[in-house]
Amino acid sequence: MTGSVLPPAATARAPWQPSAVERGRMAYRRRRAIFSVLIAAVSTAVVGVLLTVAVTGAPGWDRVKASFLDWDVAKESLPEILHGLVLNLELLVFCAIGALAVGLVVAILRTLRGPVAFPVRAIATGYTYAFRGVPLIIVLYVMTLGVPGLRLQGMPSTLVLGGVALVITYGAYLAEVFRAGIESIHPSQIAAARSLGLTYRQAMRHVVLPQAVRRVAPPLLNDTVALQKDVGLVSLAGPIDAVRAAQIQVAETYNFTPYIVAGVLFVLLALPLIGVTDWVTLRAARRQGARG
Amino acid sequence: MTPVLRCENLRKSFRGNLVLDDLTLDVAEHEVVALIGASGSGKSTLLRCVNLLEQIDDGLIHLDGEHITDPRVDPDGVRRKIGIVFQAYNLFPHMTVLDNITLAPTRVHRRARTEAREQAMAWLGRVGLADKAGEYPDRLSGGQQQRVAIVRALVNSPRLLLLDEVTSALDPELVGEVLTMIRELKGEGMTMVLATHEMGFARQVADRVVFLDGGRVLEQGPPEQVFGAPQQPRTQQFLRRIVEAGRL
Repeated sequence: MTGSVLPPAATARAPWQPSAVERGRMAYRRRRAIFSVLIAAVSTAVVGVLLTVAVTGAPGWDRVKASFLDWDVAKESLPEILHGLVLNLELLVFCAIGALAVGLVVAILRTLRGPVAFPVRAIATGYTYAFRGVPLIIVLYVMTLGVPGLRLQGMPSTLVLGGVALVITYGAYLAEVFRAGIESIHPSQIAAARSLGLTYRQAMRHVVLPQAVRRVAPPLLNDTVALQKDVGLVSLAGPIDAVRAAQIQVAETYNFTPYIVAGVLFVLLALPLIGVTDWVTLRAARRQGARG
Repeated sequence: MTPVLRCENLRKSFRGNLVLDDLTLDVAEHEVVALIGASGSGKSTLLRCVNLLEQIDDGLIHLDGEHITDPRVDPDGVRRKIGIVFQAYNLFPHMTVLDNITLAPTRVHRRARTEAREQAMAWLGRVGLADKAGEYPDRLSGGQQQRVAIVRALVNSPRLLLLDEVTSALDPELVGEVLTMIRELKGEGMTMVLATHEMGFARQVADRVVFLDGGRVLEQGPPEQVFGAPQQPRTQQFLRRIVEAGRL
């Protein structure tokens, strides 16, 4: 072998055909793939049957079915719940935008360096510590019941005050998510940006934040979905959201089905949000050529 | 004698881009083979395929006579017998040097912690890094990090050591310390395949130099022959450019 010189490759070669060995490997992998699908199908069927038998075979199943899964009650309660859901959606849109903005600003304030920025940093830090600690319901009560008690001129409606409570609570959570993202970007990126003559602000705006936000998109979505469920808590102060509407229906019909209807609607509402974020994250990863 | 590594008619493409094309290569026990060739000639891909980090499209790879590209073979078992060192070191930044080195011996090879530590310290002493055992990788220079990475591969007593352009990220002053270490390993009879741009080093340390071009072995032989009297026009052209760039 040593010292030999191979002949130059023939200029025109037949197109590649898998060798017998490779065909054997392909066949084996195909068999394994089919086998895996079969196992998945069988185990899913078994688990499904067991769960169905366990639930429908339970002694109280008929009564539970009648009080939680009544089709007529569901149809009857749907319009009211949908009406309430509109309020959830409106609140969600405004609160999500508000909380994202608050979170981003607070996160950036917390990363400011230098003694001049100390008070700003301290306030931002104090805010995230306080509002991640206080239960949302207490913030809601203080904002919707306490603040109007001041009897100030031009007091906004309960709904707006409730929205503000949500924004300041979720802003604190999101600020920490954004901060984690900003700090995960390697300092060499700021160094590279500054070396090109970009100011600290420009480096943040054009180099650090785009990377940071992409990196923390999944946890941001997590908090947005959590927010979607929590916006309904403003109903504690009066406004009727989907869950409150369902509760009213339950009280009227003596049947719990409206809760199930509201639950299903909330799940459906979350799906597109999850889908969009997954798509955005995937696309960014693909464009940067990262391999999975 | 069975070669330690035998690659037969390897083929590998990435999204229609053919990287290995009918590549055949044997590596005998205690042999040091240097893979040279332009970027994209398939050097790194070959090493990654041998370590089963990439799945080949066709062909056969044998390690000590065992067919390792059989889909029934457990890749973890194969990798336990092969050490690989990367260009970018790939040390784990959250572990100290000592923990980086003892991770596989204790978790994969199930060796006693004290024994693994002793062996790691012995190796670190040999390469002059005993005082760095408690440091984190980011506090080390590139040459020090790369030597730790080589030690990390060696403590598992691999049958075969793959070195993928291990000096490319180092400045010339630090290259020397890594190359010295590889030369010592050769003296101990370690079987090695190294992809390299260091032609001078390939010439000194390799028993055989293999020139890859377009995913095939275009020319191979003892260093003095490949560097001194290359037969193929492509090899001549490649080496001429290297000389012009002052790298030989």
